[in-house]
Amino acid sequence: MSVDQATVRRIARLARIAVEEHEIPHLQGEINAILSFVEELASVDVEGVEPMTSVIPMKLPLREDVVTDGEIAAKVLANAPLTENGFFLVPKVVE
Amino acid sequence: MTNLTALTLADARKALRDKSITSVELTRAHLDAIEKAKGLNAFVAVTAERALRSAQASDARLAAGEAGPLEGLPLGIKDLYATQGVHTQACSHILDKFKPAYESTVTSHLWRDGAVMLGKLNMDEFAMGSSNETSYYGPVASPWLPPNWTPEHAKAALTGDKKGLLTPGGSSGGSACAVAARLCLAATASDTGGSIRQPAAFTGTVGIKPTYGRCSRYGMVAFASSLDQAGPIARTTRDCAIMLRSMAGRDPKDSTCYDAPVPDYEAAIGRSVKGMTIGIPREYRLDGMAGEIEALWSEGAQWLKAAGAKIVDVSLPHTRHALPAYYIVAPAEASSNLARYDGVRYGLREDGGDIVGLYEQTRAKGFGAEVRRRLMIGTYVLSAGYYDAYYVRAQKIRTLIKRDFETVFAAGVDAILTPATPSAAFGIGEKGSADPVEMYLNDVFTVTVNMAGLPGLVAPAGLSATGLPLGLQLIGRPFDEETLFTLGAVIEQSAPKLKAPAPWWA
Repeated sequence: MSVDQATVRRIARLARIAVEEHEIPHLQGEINAILSFVEELASVDVEGVEPMTSVIPMKLPLREDVVTDGEIAAKVLANAPLTENGFFLVPKVVE
Repeated sequence: MTNLTALTLADARKALRDKSITSVELTRAHLDAIEKAKGLNAFVAVTAERALRSAQASDARLAAGEAGPLEGLPLGIKDLYATQGVHTQACSHILDKFKPAYESTVTSHLWRDGAVMLGKLNMDEFAMGSSNETSYYGPVASPWLPPNWTPEHAKAALTGDKKGLLTPGGSSGGSACAVAARLCLAATASDTGGSIRQPAAFTGTVGIKPTYGRCSRYGMVAFASSLDQAGPIARTTRDCAIMLRSMAGRDPKDSTCYDAPVPDYEAAIGRSVKGMTIGIPREYRLDGMAGEIEALWSEGAQWLKAAGAKIVDVSLPHTRHALPAYYIVAPAEASSNLARYDGVRYGLREDGGDIVGLYEQTRAKGFGAEVRRRLMIGTYVLSAGYYDAYYVRAQKIRTLIKRDFETVFAAGVDAILTPATPSAAFGIGEKGSADPVEMYLNDVFTVTVNMAGLPGLVAPAGLSATGLPLGLQLIGRPFDEETLFTLGAVIEQSAPKLKAPAPWWA
């Protein structure tokens, strides 16, 4: 399988990465190189094989359902590029 | 006084406990070495004041007889471990100025045990790379001189683009370089497809990727969560064993972290290998494999045999599918993990008009070329219509790869011996610029281990024809790191002693 330029634009949009028009052919080439590298997997017989979900079989540990964290708004916001009144600041999303 | 930076971690530990040196002296010697080695670019942040304060506190505890297992020992920390209030960016521009308000579990274990942090180590951006060239902070130069280069020539190249100097491998290139160049006694590293073991092989150091779940991933910047695992790089198997004992252990903050006591790994060094069975997997004998790699591999098997182990041929039939399957699973998980970098909560922010524009511009400016490539591949293989054909199929193949190992271990094999890398270290600027896959092939021997969640140790085993270090890899049963330390020590003992690279960079 290989991707066309429209697909490259769509992937970039889905990945939320702005891509300049002049970068598209180059990206297409790189993505197709990787896709052709993984192409051989299509020929492996996987009939009846379960997909891996946990590489080491382990029981999910459960803990007491109690609050262990919180009330640290200042710490949560400490690295934010823009904040106001204890909130993250983003461009207007609701008119 | 002896050269303090030449001590192994174990020897330095002894000297501190004997009071023949102090942690302040030891720490100062390493800070001086780091200062002189700036050109190698191994450290992206040096925490000198903090290091000296910790060293003083360690000296007080040593004097009071309250020393922890790593008391007063100066270490380097890979930039992907969250260290409270200290540079933590996984060497990406998108985490610009990020200083976490919390500490990773692995590093908190090190400080609990008395270790001293010298600073943060360079790495490939988000651990995506095999040469440390994708770092936002620039490449790291290996302390090993390129074949036929003079020290003067190499030193001059440090001030330029470093082209032609050797890479220390990646992604833990800063860790491997700093340990090999005697800038720290040992370092933390991490391994998703070979990022501890390939740099260890390239620099003549020892590295272990423990079993998935042996170390907590809490506070490690995530790349591919089902493959990522913390581990150490050090100069001897014993030093690695000492490090891993402190790094490992249960953590309620990581539900995939294994809840079982951590063995005294150091006690495994020097145990007899008599009666152990070592598998030699025929599928690792690649077409066109370098003669010297094949010769080193046979020699390694001979050393283990001479020590009393039994060598058997084994088959891991799905080996060749591991690397392609990895390049679906790892980017898929990365595209999900790295969705958090949005320009809102931390790191870089680039305005783009509306909210989507903010995301798109921030991520375009913040991610380097390799990360962008992998995020796009990951997004594609998870997108509607392709999920089953790529992602689910790759996870099925992963089941087959793991089954191969289980079959071999069930037949009585205690560990598997393979080459670590297809070649010795290559030059900066030499690989992957035309075709990304060329760089990916570096991980052909290491990536199976991550896909199956197993432990893998790389120890130096000899020199290439051009005089560069080569390593061998030992693969073990889940949570049987002890056997790897035992066998690794035999390889270390049997191999010709590596001469430390002379400090041409200073």
